Amino acid sequence: MGWTTSAAAATQTTASVLAAETSEAAEEVLAASGWFLENAWLIPAFPALSFLLILFFGKRFPKRGSEIGILAVGASLVFALAAAIQWISEVNRADDKNAALDAVSTTWTWWQNGGINFTFGTLVDGLAVTLLVVVTIVSLLVHIYSTDYLADDRRYTHFFAFLSFFTASMLFFVLSENTLQMIVGWELVGVCSFVLIGHWWEEKPNSSAALKAMLTNRVGDIGLLVGVSVLFFAAGETFSVLELNERAISGNIEHLPLLVGACALTAAVLSKSGQFFLHTWLPDAMAGPTPVSALIHAATMVVAGVYLIARLYGVFFEGFAIAGSSVNLLAVIGGITTLVGASLAFVQRDIKRVLAYSTISQLGYMVLALGVGAWTAAVFHLFTHAFFKACLFLGSGSVSHAVHSFDMKSDMGGLRKYMPHTYRTFMIASLALAGLPPLAGFWSKDEILAGTGGWGLVGGTGGNGAYTVMLVMGLITAALTAAYMTRCVYLTFFGQYRGHGQPHESGPRIVVPLWILAVLAVGAGWLNLPPGFQLVPENWTERFGHFVEPNEALSYFPKIAHADPSWTLAILSAVVALAGIALAGRYYFGKVAAVSPSATELSDGMVARSSLAAAGHNLLVNKYYLDHLYSGVIAGGVKGPIARAAYKFNQDGIDKVVNEVGERAVQAGHFAYDVIDQKVVDGMVNSSGVAPQLAGEEIRRMQTGKVQTYAGIVFIAAALLALGFIVFL
Amino acid sequence: MYVSQFAVLAAVLFAMGVYGILVRRNGILVLMSVELILNSVNINLVAFGALRDSIAGEVFALFVITVAAAEVGVGLAIVLLIYRNRRSVDLSEMDLMKG
Repeated sequence: MGWTTSAAAATQTTASVLAAETSEAAEEVLAASGWFLENAWLIPAFPALSFLLILFFGKRFPKRGSEIGILAVGASLVFALAAAIQWISEVNRADDKNAALDAVSTTWTWWQNGGINFTFGTLVDGLAVTLLVVVTIVSLLVHIYSTDYLADDRRYTHFFAFLSFFTASMLFFVLSENTLQMIVGWELVGVCSFVLIGHWWEEKPNSSAALKAMLTNRVGDIGLLVGVSVLFFAAGETFSVLELNERAISGNIEHLPLLVGACALTAAVLSKSGQFFLHTWLPDAMAGPTPVSALIHAATMVVAGVYLIARLYGVFFEGFAIAGSSVNLLAVIGGITTLVGASLAFVQRDIKRVLAYSTISQLGYMVLALGVGAWTAAVFHLFTHAFFKACLFLGSGSVSHAVHSFDMKSDMGGLRKYMPHTYRTFMIASLALAGLPPLAGFWSKDEILAGTGGWGLVGGTGGNGAYTVMLVMGLITAALTAAYMTRCVYLTFFGQYRGHGQPHESGPRIVVPLWILAVLAVGAGWLNLPPGFQLVPENWTERFGHFVEPNEALSYFPKIAHADPSWTLAILSAVVALAGIALAGRYYFGKVAAVSPSATELSDGMVARSSLAAAGHNLLVNKYYLDHLYSGVIAGGVKGPIARAAYKFNQDGIDKVVNEVGERAVQAGHFAYDVIDQKVVDGMVNSSGVAPQLAGEEIRRMQTGKVQTYAGIVFIAAALLALGFIVFL
Repeated sequence: MYVSQFAVLAAVLFAMGVYGILVRRNGILVLMSVELILNSVNINLVAFGALRDSIAGEVFALFVITVAAAEVGVGLAIVLLIYRNRRSVDLSEMDLMKG
């Protein structure tokens, strides 16, 4: 191992690291330009258009609309890659001039009211470009995968329409230039997830899961609304992401409203990114079709919360005073989530639920990383995690395609013989998730652990604070992750097949995406090798961080400190992961396999022997009783008394009043009808009719029709007139 | 010569005309009665014109004669059409306007 980080560097004080880095900071800010960066709105526009096309005309196409979706997302991918290439070349151009590259913000005025400009537009920088690429790659592969996986589905066209719409919404969210736009994207993503989770709504559990996802997310959405409003007023009436960050960092926003805003936004992150204690919807969301789980609940949608923090990092960084502390809300939530998710993954029978809890755990990692100020590590973990987790989810879908079940204990086992491609890709992604070098997960996980700044043995210091507790949590999770993935792999692919029929490998449209993702799961980590890693030339290290992290000279990004990488910590994390694999492997490959090849657990294991272990197991099986807490205690407890009180109030209070009022009203109505209406009004109307009627009857007789009578009347009248003239004049 | 003789003559003619209009059932005779009334008016116009030594009365009388000719032409045409349709010019039968 060749790490240049010396012991002397490791003992540097935070101040000197900061000083060293400010000296490197760029002198001027260069505006980035580029057609693809300025016209990034096209990237979400393609799938949005395809959504409408598929929805209205999809069934008329030979492939029932799927080809439109694939084409649109493919176009988005091309544009996203072009934007990424342009961004990289712009960063290089700025480097040559020793300048910082500013984000490309393109805005249009939507409407104006009371002097406030409501704008919409795109904000493209390294972070946005990363997400664009991740979302479009995973989405394209999921589209292709779905053409096989859902080939016989009755709502095939509908499914593809919403897959497109989801992709468009997520891309729209990623490109948001202001927080209002973010709310729109955030909600659109939520709606799509509701529709897609409930894709097979005919079965009650699926529609319940969709509702649960929707309702749990609503809790957080309130946080988002409150947070955006608080920040809007606190920052002097602006929704702009860049301005919010700038004003938060420059101290133009008072600390209290900033803290309140950051806390409210954290609530939004809790629900969307499945953080403890609003994570309960995510495992249930596995009721949706597997490609949806891969796309929405692993790789893209759930990272919306992480992206929100990363995007508004100035607000969070200053609001929680991440620099120079050793504990804050984000770090604690991330730490707890990562442990809770990892521990719950142990007791699941359903392979997708294992992966769902694993996602929660890994999202916890990202939030933890953001909480300790390791911004780049968090974004990098988001990047690598998307690939290996999508690979795992699609792999579990491939397995379920073969055995028609998700239950690892009763319907799987021994599948490595039947499904070699799925097995290999699943293994690669599992090892990447477990964090073994040199796979992707290792590098990003290691950066997060180093970023806590809590390690002091040769490197690993110089972070934003001494987050030692978070480091310990991260290490425990590393071991747990490795162990539960070992369990999952054993139950699925090793031992003896326990299901029915003869499973067989899936078709190319499923296997090829798996392999692409597996390759990315191996290689994605090499994009951000730690600085000073001597096995490769120096300009190969930290590429990702260099292009993605905003330069220090930019006012919209906080001055974060970067902890030194530590090879001792890297070795420790790898050893911890290996220990997790070894422990779980000894249990499954050793003891369980020895009992019988088709066994899934020991009948006389810890749980059977020790009541403490049994209690622990019970706690995990019941998901820390959180669902009971929500639906039983909180919902039930609130529902019961309120319902009773409301009933009593209803019966004795409102009903009485209503009845009384009703009776009086009826009486008044009778009076009005009998007296006023019938006698007064009708009498007037009738009598006014009677007079003309009688007069008409009389006058009618004069109309004899005989001309001579008329003439007589005329003569008489003329004679009378003449008489009148004679007499009166 | 006294203007009163002409006035009496005109009044008699007028009264005869009114009587004829109100009592006669034959449409043609009613038209003729109308002519009587008009001519009584003419007599008055000419007589009072002469009395006042003015030519205006005679001019008016000429106008009335012209208008009366036109009127009787239209009237006779109507009577003729009624006769063609109903084979009768009895006014008492023509009561379509009865209310």
